[in-house]
Amino acid sequence: MAITDEEVKNIEAKALQIRKTIIEMLAEAKSGHTSGPLGMADIFAALYFHILKHDPKNPDWKDRDRLFLSNGHICPVRYATMAHAGYFPVEECMTLRKFGSRLQGHPERNILPGVETTSGPLGSGLSQSAGYAYAARMDEKNFRVFCAMSDGEQEEGNTWEGAMFAGKYRLTNLVGIMDRNNIQIDGNTEDIMPLEPLADKYRAFNWHVIEIDGHNIAQFIAACDEAKSIKEKPTLILAHTTPGKGIPTIENDYRWHGAPPGKGPTDKIPAESQKEIFLKELEENKI
Amino acid sequence: MINPDAKLAENIFDKPDMASTREGFGKGVVEAGGLDERVVVLTADLAESTQAHHFQKAFPERFIQVGVAEQNLATVASGMANYGKIPFITSYAAFNPGRNWEQIRTTIALNNVPVIVCGMHAGVSVGPDGATHQALEDIALMRSIPRFTVISACDFEEGRKATLAAAKLGGPVYMRWGREKSPITTTVDTPFEIGKANILWSPEVKPPEVAIFATGSLVHNALLAARELERQEIAVTVTNVHTIKPLDDETIISLAREAGAVVSVEEHQVTGGLGSAIAEVLAREQPTPMEFVGMHDKFGQSGTSTELIEHYGMGVKSIVEAVKKVVGRKIQIK
Repeated sequence: MAITDEEVKNIEAKALQIRKTIIEMLAEAKSGHTSGPLGMADIFAALYFHILKHDPKNPDWKDRDRLFLSNGHICPVRYATMAHAGYFPVEECMTLRKFGSRLQGHPERNILPGVETTSGPLGSGLSQSAGYAYAARMDEKNFRVFCAMSDGEQEEGNTWEGAMFAGKYRLTNLVGIMDRNNIQIDGNTEDIMPLEPLADKYRAFNWHVIEIDGHNIAQFIAACDEAKSIKEKPTLILAHTTPGKGIPTIENDYRWHGAPPGKGPTDKIPAESQKEIFLKELEENKI
Repeated sequence: MINPDAKLAENIFDKPDMASTREGFGKGVVEAGGLDERVVVLTADLAESTQAHHFQKAFPERFIQVGVAEQNLATVASGMANYGKIPFITSYAAFNPGRNWEQIRTTIALNNVPVIVCGMHAGVSVGPDGATHQALEDIALMRSIPRFTVISACDFEEGRKATLAAAKLGGPVYMRWGREKSPITTTVDTPFEIGKANILWSPEVKPPEVAIFATGSLVHNALLAARELERQEIAVTVTNVHTIKPLDDETIISLAREAGAVVSVEEHQVTGGLGSAIAEVLAREQPTPMEFVGMHDKFGQSGTSTELIEHYGMGVKSIVEAVKKVVGRKIQIK
């Protein structure tokens, strides 16, 4: 599935729209996570606007590719991408985390069509995706199962139980996408609990590993294509990303992991200006 | 006397046939697999102990070994059920739901997918393995999770029927199983319906003074206690509460009202188990003096099943004493 420069540019334009929506919805919600959703906007745009077989008007289409989101707290990127892809109106994004909303603080399968599983508690998505991929293979289904996960949740034992399972059963229909942004709530991952060498760890668990720049859409699409050709192993796309990508003021600052615009650190920008300045920075720094 | 409608085995008081409840699971799950090809069985390195090996032999392509990884057991099954399978997940109750409770809560209950969680070797009757392996908190853990049905079969035959019923339910189920061989009290003809308690014993002449509610293999001890109490001219009813959630409120309220005193019998901590569930209903609908036979905030230890059941106050003698005690309290209240 080669991709033209023009198609890449279109996806990049979608990613910018998604980032702006993320900032607006988080500011409106007055709670939620900022860094992770911004860091994964390019990958989510590429998934929903190029990679996934899906139908926004028929979210339960049985032959769709499945995208599991293991680290549920970055759901604003999923919600914003789904809205821009046509699953629901973009305005509904402004109900995030509010009473009665379909956009729960952490995503719930039975509440919003198109959300494949309920997630939030970390470390359980890879096993669920593996179980799903295993069941689909039993029935000779051809769709693919993707699992987006964080680097922080590589500290959970359950993640490695799932990795071992997927390796043992050679789940070639499963693709893991790790958001390697090096931050977690309490600090940088290598200070909190060193994770490296991550690629070697997955290789040792019998996975095929592809390392990419998570903001290079062509690289990500090429990796998804390469995964299709790997017939003996599940594939991990280890995507190196920048938390807070697109807003230089907050990029790589772990303090923005769990803070929304208007409630984050004020040493650089006063709280009341955060939303507007972030939107301005996004426009100025678009790829 | 034994309730004739319960169609119990004729030899329950005289050298009853013996089999473990987990063997009932082993048989039932093979039958369920034959009836519905969506049924799959997963185990965490305990195929034989959990009796899942019967299914493994019958349907090898639908048996999944996940290794010693109970969190993986629950989450892989969640994914399979999300796809459309009906997974039974098998390990010891101490680990399943003991170790993987959060995964069960989030990925099975909140997701609302039909995984049947099977906790084997529940209770002190596991015996020699000691306290680490004697799950006594599993009912409390599981009945507090919304959407879960909780079943504790009284014997092999009821276990078999319950397994078939759970496979058809279409929602999350917890099933509790015992390791030791115990009397086969029920027969193929004994009624079984999820959520419907079965009255097994009623007094012949006098109105009942106490309603005994029991679950699991201790139902047989409750029947032995009823027979002993009859000899002492104390009339009781004995009801098998195989479904702890949803509880058969109607039957429980009605029997408690009729007798005016209640004894619960379970191989579980008295906090959060069957007794608690009954007390919650009665406090609201029919306040009734009650005694609780079960584990009173203790851990078990190594020993034989019989030694431990007696030592921790769940034997026939303890049930008889609890009945007399609650009768005394009823008189005080009057």
